[in-house]
Order: sequence, then C-alpha cells, then structure tokens
Amino acid sequence: MLLKNTYNEFIKILAKPRSYLGIGALTLLVLLILFAMKADGKSFISFVTASFEQTLSFNGNILNGNLIAFIILQMLIVHIPLLVSLVTGDLISGEAAMGTIRMMATKPISRTQIVLSKFIAGAVYTLILTLWLGFLALIVGKWIFGTGDLIVLNSDGLVILKEQDILWRYGLSFGVAYLALLTISTLSICLSAFAENSIGPIVSTMSIIILFTIIGTLDVSVFDSIKPFLFTTHMASWRSFFEDPVPWTTIRNSVSILVIHNIVLVLIAVYKFNKKDITS
Amino acid sequence: MENTEIIKVQHLAKNFGSFQAVRDVSFTVNKGDVFGFLGPNGAGKSTTIRCMLSLIKPDNGQIQLFGKDLHKHRNEILSKVGSIIEKPDFYRYLSAEKNLAIFARISGKDVSKREIAEMLDFVGLNGRNRDKVGGFSHGMKQRLGIAQTLLHQPDLIVLDEPTTGLDPQGIVEIRNLILRLKSEQNKTVILSSHQLSEIELISNRMVIINKGQSIIEGDVKELLNAQEMVVQLEVNDMEKTMNVLKVGFESASFKQLNERIIEVNIEKQLVPSLNQLLVHEGVEVHAMEPKRKLEDFFMKIIQS
Repeated sequence: MLLKNTYNEFIKILAKPRSYLGIGALTLLVLLILFAMKADGKSFISFVTASFEQTLSFNGNILNGNLIAFIILQMLIVHIPLLVSLVTGDLISGEAAMGTIRMMATKPISRTQIVLSKFIAGAVYTLILTLWLGFLALIVGKWIFGTGDLIVLNSDGLVILKEQDILWRYGLSFGVAYLALLTISTLSICLSAFAENSIGPIVSTMSIIILFTIIGTLDVSVFDSIKPFLFTTHMASWRSFFEDPVPWTTIRNSVSILVIHNIVLVLIAVYKFNKKDITS
Repeated sequence: MENTEIIKVQHLAKNFGSFQAVRDVSFTVNKGDVFGFLGPNGAGKSTTIRCMLSLIKPDNGQIQLFGKDLHKHRNEILSKVGSIIEKPDFYRYLSAEKNLAIFARISGKDVSKREIAEMLDFVGLNGRNRDKVGGFSHGMKQRLGIAQTLLHQPDLIVLDEPTTGLDPQGIVEIRNLILRLKSEQNKTVILSSHQLSEIELISNRMVIINKGQSIIEGDVKELLNAQEMVVQLEVNDMEKTMNVLKVGFESASFKQLNERIIEVNIEKQLVPSLNQLLVHEGVEVHAMEPKRKLEDFFMKIIQS
C-alpha cells in the first residue's frame, strides 16, 4: 500500500503546476547566472583575484565550468529551499484544505503509510531538483565554459584543485547539498501535518530557515551552544569537499546532524498525523 | 444472515476541547439495512460517522464493524466500506478517471481501467472521463463521489448528506440508486440526511440523535405506526367539524389552517370513525390527506 500511494503522490506532484514552477525558476536563475558569467565573467574573476595578483600569476582558463558550477551552487543553495517547500509544504496541508485527505483517510491505508508516502515523494522531488541543478551547473556550465582546474577562495585562502580531482568532489558535495535540501523538504512536510492550509507550512519553513540562519550568524555567546545543532549551520557543508585536505570529520558530523533532523521530523509528522482528528 | 450486525456503536463519546460533540450514542445496523441517521444540525451525526470511519478518534465507547473492533482491524474493515462524508472532494487538477484510479489504488482491491470506465458510465459521467474535475458542477462531483464509493464494491456504504446541492432530478437518481444497491446487491447503507421524506421513503431502520445522544432507534414503520397520525381535512363546514372533534374525539388535537382546512392529530385507528362521523353529521369531506409522518415524529422526539 505504501508503494501504491507513493505512486499516487508522484501523479499528484506531476499534475500540479507549482511543481514545475520550482524547476522553471531554477532553470531561469541558472541560465541568468550563466549568461552573466559569459557576458562579464572575466571582470567578476578579476575582482576576486585582484588581491592575489601581486603575489600570484593566474594562467589558463580560470573561468571554466567547474568554477561556474561552484558559483552557481553557492548562490542558489540559499534560494532552493523556497522552491522545495513550495511543493513539499503543500503535500499534507494542501489535501486538508482541498478535503481530499478526508477521502484518503477513509481508505484501508494506515495514516503512517500516508505520511511516509508523502515523505518519499517529497524526497524524490527534491532529488530531481538537485540533479537538475547539478546538470545545469556542471554539465551545461562545462559545455559553455569548458573545463579546467578549480580555484576556490575560502577562509584559509586560495585552494587550487586539479581538474582530474574535481568530479568526485562535486558528486559528494551534491549528495550533502541534497541531504540539506531533504531536511528542508522533511521540515515543510512535518509542518504541513500541523496545518490545514497550504501557505502556512511554506511560510513557516522559510521563517525557521531565516531565524536559524540569523542565530547561526550572530556572534553572541548565548547561542554558541545551540549553533552546532541547527540544521542551517550544516547547509553549506557541501563546500567542505572543496577544501584540501577534505575535513572528513566535520562533514561526517554535519551529515549526522542532518540525518538526525530528518528522522526526528519524520517521527514527529507520523505521530501528529496519527493523532489528528480529521474534521476538514 | 439478515440480522447479522454490520455496525455496533456503543456509548460513543467525543469532546473537542470543552465542547461535547457526542455524549452517548449507541445504535446497531444489520446487514441489508438502509439505515437512516437523523438529527438536527449540531446533533453529532457527522462526528459519529467520522468516528465510524476512523477520521476522528472517540474519547469513549466502542465501534464494531463487521463484528470486529474498528481500532484493531481498521484497514481490513475500511476495505469493505465506501463513503461520502458531507461532500466528495477530488483533485481538481486531475481528470475524473485519474481521480478514481488514485482512490481505487488505495481501496484494497485491484480495480481495472475498464471497471473505472464502467463505473463512470454507471453514474452518468460517460464522455467526461478525461475532463478535469475542477470544471465539474456540484452534481457531477456528487456522482463522481458515488462512483468512488462503489468502485471497490464495498459491503457497507456510508452516505453523509449525499443529496446536498443536487437538483430534484439528481435527488431522485441518488434515491433510486440507493434502493437498487439494496434490492439488487443487498448492500448495507447508512444514510444521514436532513431530507426526512428521503429517509422515510428509503430507510427500513433509523436512529435519531439529538445533543450528542441517541434518542430513539428502531424499525421506521414500527416507530411511525406506533404514533398518532396527522391528517389534513378539507371540509365545507368548519364549525361542525370542530364540534365533532371536541365531542367525539377528546384525545385528538387539532389546528385550523384556514376556512376549509383543519389539521388533526389523531390515533391512526380512529381515522375511519372520524370520517364516518363527519359524514353522518352532514359535513362534506372533500379531502383527507395524511401528512409526512416522519417530520412530525422527528419534531416530537427532538422537542421532547
């Protein structure tokens, strides 16, 4: 029954116009960045490398597909949560608002299975969005800008990664980025189990992200003890794969925190939905 | 098998915060019954029905369907139940056949595309299979709701206000459909409705609920026959008629509606004598029409 209802969920997601809104918006944003980089990318690179030009000389194709993919990921990973929650925040509460949750809940499928099928569908949608981002950023980026070594500026300074040492890093970083986005998806579905309208969970998800991000960036000691446990602290962990050497312990810690968040949020949603009186 | 209990609800209670929606509801539905579920607005009908379909968890009481505890055998029980609660809601952005396919997939039985097409044909929606439900009228959605209810061939059908918003033709069609379900397929139907005439026409048993309590339950004919009858008389001499009633029928009460029409509340077995005596006294009785009995019975029960 879980698989049958998951299939149902895919049909619903595919039929909803808002599902394509996220993919469309993402495509538009990436194409906009690619266009901007193609038109004026060299001055953008000069601005970043200006402070190093007295001590270093840069040769070869710096503005390549690998760098473009990194820039795109860095720019968009903050905005994609909105696109994810736009679809996933609606999965339970949208049905409550429409009244169809009442019809579903009178069928011989357990409420746990209803919620889990929505989580699976949300996870697959988020995966498709992440893969699409990866395709546009890396494949289209390389097709337009070519390939080459990746120069990344981080807190320790410049990191230069050889061309042949990059693909696996992107593979894993997209994996961690997916896990971060999955946490957003899970959070919005969880909030959706508490609501009776579509907008509430979407706005609440974004509010939580903004609140946690502010707490994470505030340099106030009172928040220091909770910062490591906020999922927003670990949303940029994908960047760690572009350090040399790769800080595996930090990444493992981030992955653990994100996985725990996902499990707890799923359990809360299942509990809430099972206890809920359906009066809509 | 006729008296096999399909539903047994005992001392059901449900509170929403401090509001007591259902206080003490008990009733039994037998196999093959078309069971009328009556009560004024806010009586607790919908809450009781939602409890029976596991949409709402009761605070107290027991619900058994097909001889099994609903809480323990939920999925097994719900695979034998088809229902419309208040109004059928569908995915507006999907077609009629896709909507049915979605609900059929989780109904516990395999339903083929052919069966879906046949069911749409059965409820008069042939030719609209691929139209999006968003463009359907209320009546069409109601028909689609009936299709959704019957698609997996349930043994028990729960219809909560199934004729709300339908035109007279639609109401008659739904009524005939319920009667066919009983006569041709011996389905058990629970029918909650505000249309008392509808319940009277098609139900064989009923329960009346008021203020969260079941007041009376039983065979519709027996309950109504045991009561006094209300007849409207059209006569040529109102004064003589009232005299006859006062002198000869002390137990009867009456109300003059206009110069020629009087409404009389009288024991059923006294009606022929009344007619006889009026004629004997020279009163011309132009019409003697029984009023809908259930309406009066219902009002009496609720008011008492």
